[in-house]
Formats: sequence, C-alpha cells, structure tokens
Amino acid sequence: MNTARAQFLSGLKDTSPLLIGAAPFGIIYGVLATGAGIPVVMAQAISLIVFAGSAQFIAAQLIGAGASGLVIVLTTFIVNLRHALYSASVAPYVKDLPRTWKWVLSYLLTDEAFAVAIAHYRDNAGEPNRHWYFLGAGVSLWGTWQASTTVGIFLGTEIPHEWSLDFTLALSFIALLVPVLRTRADLVAALVGGIVAVAAFGLPYKLGLILAAFCGIGAGMLAWRLGK
Amino acid sequence: MNLWLVVIAAGVLTFLIRLSFISLLANWAMPPLAQRALSFVPPAVMTAIVFPELLVRGGDLAVGMDNHRLTAGVIAILVAWRFKKIMPTIVAGMAALWLLQYYAG
Repeated sequence: MNTARAQFLSGLKDTSPLLIGAAPFGIIYGVLATGAGIPVVMAQAISLIVFAGSAQFIAAQLIGAGASGLVIVLTTFIVNLRHALYSASVAPYVKDLPRTWKWVLSYLLTDEAFAVAIAHYRDNAGEPNRHWYFLGAGVSLWGTWQASTTVGIFLGTEIPHEWSLDFTLALSFIALLVPVLRTRADLVAALVGGIVAVAAFGLPYKLGLILAAFCGIGAGMLAWRLGK
Repeated sequence: MNLWLVVIAAGVLTFLIRLSFISLLANWAMPPLAQRALSFVPPAVMTAIVFPELLVRGGDLAVGMDNHRLTAGVIAILVAWRFKKIMPTIVAGMAALWLLQYYAG
C-alpha cells in the first residue's frame, strides 16, 4: 500500500471533500476577475501563475479598483506570507527529495494541500513515498482550481451581481481564522489588523491592507511580550 | 506598470514564499522572534481583509442594522466559533445574507 501509485491515489482521494469548497471559489474568482475587467487569458493565467485563491481574489479587486502594480504585488506578498509557515512545517519531511520535487511541491503548496499533506506526514511516520501523496493532493486541487476558474470566466456575466458571491471571500477567511485564534496575542493581532484596515480604508493607493498587516503583527508581538 | 509583469512578479514571489524553508532557507535557523512575528501573519492579514468587507459600504463606515453583510458576518463568526468547520460557516453566512437581502431589502 506504500507504492508511489497507491500514495498518489490516496492523496487524490483524501482531497475530494475539499474540492467541494475549492470549486465554487475558483468559479467565483473567474466571475470576479472578468467583472473587474481582467482579460480572459490573463484571468486564467493568474490561476496558473499565482495559484493562491485568496490572493487572487484580492488582486482582482485591486486591479478593478485601479491600484498600482507595486501595491498589487506587495499586497499579494503580504496575503501569501502565511505560506512561509507551511513551507517551514513541511520542510523536514521533504528535505531529502531531489530539487525538482521540492519545486513542484512548493508550487502546489496551497492552504488545502498543506492541511492534507501535513496531516498525512504526521499520521504515517516513516512510511515511504509520502511525497507522492502530497503530489496527489496538490494535483487534484490544482486541476480543480484551473477548471473552475475557466468555468467562472465563461459564466462571468451570467451571474447577477445581486447574488453577492464576492461575500464568500470574507466568509472563507472567517471560517479559516476563527478556529485558530488560540492565544490572547493572536486575538490582539487580529483585532488591531482589522481595525487599522477599516480606519485606513480610504488611504491612497489601497495601502490599507499592508499597513494593517504590519500594525496587527506588531500589536501581536507586543501583547505576547507583555503577557509572558 | 504592465499588468502582465505584475502577475508574473506576484506569481514568482508567491512561489518563493512557498519554496522558502523547503529549499532556499533549508539550513537557516529562524530566530525565535521572527518565528513569533510570522505566527501573527494569518490573524492580522485575515481580519485586515474581513473587517472592511463587513464594516465598509461604499467607502463609508456602516455599523447599523441595515448593513446586512455585517449581520451575516457576525452570524458566520458565531457558526465558525461553535462548529469550527469551513463549509457550514460559508453556507450560514451566505444564507443569512440572502435572507436579509430578500426580506429586509
């Protein structure tokens, strides 16, 4: 059962419940991107090149709002910085793999792929070929994301604005965030980040998110220091 | 700036973040303070995205009962806190928003 093939298939299988969540997001991203005036080819290319759902949502909003390129790139960086935590968590498990494997698995390291892969690594200590499981999980999410983006792009104008599908972005973050707020310092970081983002909403160049992230991180550090 | 350059830069940066500790910094022991700072990135960034979505309508602060996104968001937060599951949270939030839009205008 530890053959590369069995591991790969089991990675595919274990991600299937997550696809029910990922597919609608891909569709909604496609709808939002074309709605923001992004050309069809570019909307799909963003899914291929960036391959990070929430960052793509924000980027589409920023492009639609006419934000500058620098702000779009910096905001994407801040929104995706959490992936460094994932990278650090899986690093010990993939350290002996050849470089090509590391690059491919890094490209596929999304929130969902990380959640499934790290659980598998921890629950099956010492088993060979676990990187094939990781690859299976990543490929299944990748394929779903690309296909659902395409569907969204072509549905684009068919979906009425009144459905408020863009609200799923906020809801997905609420769903990801609320359960992981464990310490008081986490809560402080979250509240300060949120309040600064609202206060700084009118800031020129859409710099509010970047400023809010830095304030939230700083406040979290301070709360952690004071609480020790 | 050309939008294609922006997309490629965003993609390369995202890839480098994911590759960071797997390859680029594999032998670098991150200082504990930096680890701590990194651990506050998800809460700070996620609320920085969520709060304006719930509290700012048309560029202005909106905290009244007529702000349906705020009410639906609070319901979603309660569901997320109680059940700790992604799909129920999203379903509850969207259902609340649709009902409020339909019945409360």
